[in-house]
Amino acid sequence: MATDAQQVAQRIPGEKSSLPAMVLIAGWLIPGLGHLILGKWIRALLLFVSIVSMFAIGLAMQGKIYSPSTGDILDILGFAGQLGLGLLCGLAHAFGWGAASSVNTLADYGTKFLVVGGLLNYIAAVDAHSLANGRKAS
Amino acid sequence: MTFSHFSAVLLFSLFTSVVFGITQRAEPKMMIRFGAYCFVLFVGAVIIASWVMYGIKH
Repeated sequence: MATDAQQVAQRIPGEKSSLPAMVLIAGWLIPGLGHLILGKWIRALLLFVSIVSMFAIGLAMQGKIYSPSTGDILDILGFAGQLGLGLLCGLAHAFGWGAASSVNTLADYGTKFLVVGGLLNYIAAVDAHSLANGRKAS
Repeated sequence: MTFSHFSAVLLFSLFTSVVFGITQRAEPKMMIRFGAYCFVLFVGAVIIASWVMYGIKH
């Protein structure tokens, strides 16, 4: 009896299916959700805890939440990184979480936590996509 | 919440290494090994850079 992982791995690359796109978007919106959909719940839990912790620690350190509309290219790049946090980024903007600027060294570290958390979530979502389309074996 | 610089480094290294391990390797054993490798490299690089900066200052 084939396991879920084996069934996913046996999927033909390029085969028309909405699953890879779905896990990509789900994994971007909520960290680890793409892996959870694929039945890899331990990886999903570890990814969720890691990325949400990066986000929470970044906010606790008074990290900056970037806005795309300042016209500064570095702010736009920072926003692109933080956009990887998916819904967490939306919540931060909606509720005004985070600082408008980094006021000290630890706040600057917090900003890095927020940006890198977003970038890691991009990687995690793409990994779920690769698992779903069979590009990654397991 | 207040962190020391080193505790911030440890947390950053831990969470980043977990994600790198899961996403960059296919087998669970290799994931753990690669995650540990990344963690050691992160923390080791910071310690070496810290001593280099200390040496430059003194």
